[in-house]
Amino acid sequence: MSDKIKFTIDEVEIEATPGQTIMQAADEAGIYIPRLCAHKDLLPFGSCRVCTVMVNDRPQAACTQPVSPGMNVESETEELRQIRTNLVEMLFVEGNHYCPFCEKSGNCELQALGYRLGMLAPKYPYMFNKHDVDASHPDIYIDHNRCILCARCVRSSKELDGKNVFQFVGRGIHKKVAFNSDTDLAATDVSVTDKAIENCPVGAILKKGVGYAVPIGKRKYDSQPIGSDIEARKAEAK
Amino acid sequence: MGATNKIIIEPVTRVEGHGKVSILLDENGQVTRARLHIVEFRGFERFIQGRPYWEVPVTVQRLCGICPVSHHLAAAKAMDVIVGADKLTPTAEKMRRLMHYGQTYQSHALHFFHLVSPDVLFGFDADPAIRNIIGVIKKFPELAVQGVMMRKFGQEIIKVTAGKKIHGTGAIPGGINKNLSIAERDSLLKDIDQQIEWSRGALEIAKNYTVENLGELADFGSFDSNHLSLIREDGAMDLYDGGIRMIDSEGNKVIDHFNYQNYSDIIAEEVKDWSYMKFPFIKDQGTDNGWYRVGPLARMNTADFIDTPEAELARQEFKAVTGGKPNNITMAYHWARMIEVLHSAEKIKELLLDEDLQGEDLVVKGERRSEGVGLIEAPRGTLFHHYKVNEDDQVTMCNLIVSTTSNNVPMNLAVEGVAKKYLSGTEITEGLLNRVEVAIRAYDPCLSCATHALGKMPLTVSVVDHNGQIVDKKST
Repeated sequence: MSDKIKFTIDEVEIEATPGQTIMQAADEAGIYIPRLCAHKDLLPFGSCRVCTVMVNDRPQAACTQPVSPGMNVESETEELRQIRTNLVEMLFVEGNHYCPFCEKSGNCELQALGYRLGMLAPKYPYMFNKHDVDASHPDIYIDHNRCILCARCVRSSKELDGKNVFQFVGRGIHKKVAFNSDTDLAATDVSVTDKAIENCPVGAILKKGVGYAVPIGKRKYDSQPIGSDIEARKAEAK
Repeated sequence: MGATNKIIIEPVTRVEGHGKVSILLDENGQVTRARLHIVEFRGFERFIQGRPYWEVPVTVQRLCGICPVSHHLAAAKAMDVIVGADKLTPTAEKMRRLMHYGQTYQSHALHFFHLVSPDVLFGFDADPAIRNIIGVIKKFPELAVQGVMMRKFGQEIIKVTAGKKIHGTGAIPGGINKNLSIAERDSLLKDIDQQIEWSRGALEIAKNYTVENLGELADFGSFDSNHLSLIREDGAMDLYDGGIRMIDSEGNKVIDHFNYQNYSDIIAEEVKDWSYMKFPFIKDQGTDNGWYRVGPLARMNTADFIDTPEAELARQEFKAVTGGKPNNITMAYHWARMIEVLHSAEKIKELLLDEDLQGEDLVVKGERRSEGVGLIEAPRGTLFHHYKVNEDDQVTMCNLIVSTTSNNVPMNLAVEGVAKKYLSGTEITEGLLNRVEVAIRAYDPCLSCATHALGKMPLTVSVVDHNGQIVDKKST
């Protein structure tokens, strides 16, 4: 008996290892499923729902749903593209994402996903919520205006750095990332080399003084859309 | 409206410039004063507080879509001081200069061909239906195309130095984020001689127009004034850096080679209740006499010479008109502006042939400071950026004196002069409206540049009698 599981994504047959999620199997096969909170080095989390796919006609998060034999997964449909775009648009209007002068522009996963999904202008009204910045740490700058609550920092600190620097506080619209200190970020044991800093998909956690050192044209998503690295594996997989 | 009523002007727009002029009459119906109300309100000085300093050069350039590079570079120069970069690498300084000359070139070309040429080619009194850029395209198609191609060339230079044509990221604290590739250099070099040729042609048009109409233009909204600009150590005109020089209307040096880090020792700003624009003045001379003009005319007056050969010859011709004395003719701004177009084209060629632009050493840093000032000669005149930064790298204070602000009093006087000469009775004639617009446009203020593809300012002129009653009101 083969230890591989066979299933289909958009009618393409995929072989996966038992225990893999749909996203992990898709990544290996060179099929990109959009995502924001998921990260290859972190445990499945399933909070942003941008990776929603239809599994046997039911919506599931591809980053948390394990593969099973014969499952029929749909990903690149117009309906799902619209749902994903709506989710991304809601993130844009909930925070204060000024791409035109944000130093993460060109390297930002949220912005890149907006482009990939063909988002033009959000159809929802901007909320213009007031958010703080924390510049207390000598090497790290936190801008809550751009946080999308993906918890990558929370999880990276715990799972990869062996620390517990970040945590969520508050509920609903008041939810925010807080630091494990009574005062500010400088009072935590965070370090600029922590994976928690590196893994932020947006411009919410930044290394100080880097700014716009990489010129326009040389940034990560300037020449190819997000997901291109995964799709490049398709040729290798064949 | 009774005598005690006030005209209250709200900030009607945030992005585009809008002008409103009030002409005030005395009891005998004579013009006493004219006011140009600037009713735009931006708020950049406030909302960048708390932001990290390295973000500022990219943020503040969004003050403008025509000369964002000026704000980008002035802020970057201030941030050089903050990061202790007292001397940039040759590659960094020359890349920034190239960006700046490219910008000056495109901005001046836009103003002259797009906004001014209809007045010059058709006359002030021509039918507004013809006196616009469409009219120019119909009657002088070759010239119109030149204007577009010159602007495009300048924009291409900005793209290869700043990353994109509008609102790029090239200048960073302590230097620049890219050099000029050979391919980028060659794509510009192949067009530069044609651009220089067109610049000569534009200069010729502006010069001939001014000289041929000197009789009418000499006192058209003209007045004696101080002139202020940056000046290079050897007295050469320098659009990128230098010390502050101010001369009076006779050419006496009032201020010379002043270190602009200390500008607040000599310059203060007055606030008036009828405009959102501040009124800068030289402290020693007070608000009544301490105002000054900036921009191309001021730069021609302050400079001892220009360091490119063709522009220097043009400058000498320009100076000969006033016998070597400062030129105080408002309408001479156009001629001066085209001398700078030729100068910029010459400078661009010089820089493109300089191998330093292919250097790899892009950024320097030194001892961190908490306060920095950056000045630059923007196309419209001296631009001041002043910042304070706290230990956490956040901006705590920002003060900007933009070129149009420095030209605030001069523009009011130019309008007043025109009103006194051309207003008869209380009726605003088409001729008066045109001339008010022409006088303001000479200064190339931001309120005309941000708008108006058809070369028309959104201008409302009101005549107000001694009781505060509006007796006539017309819009362009």
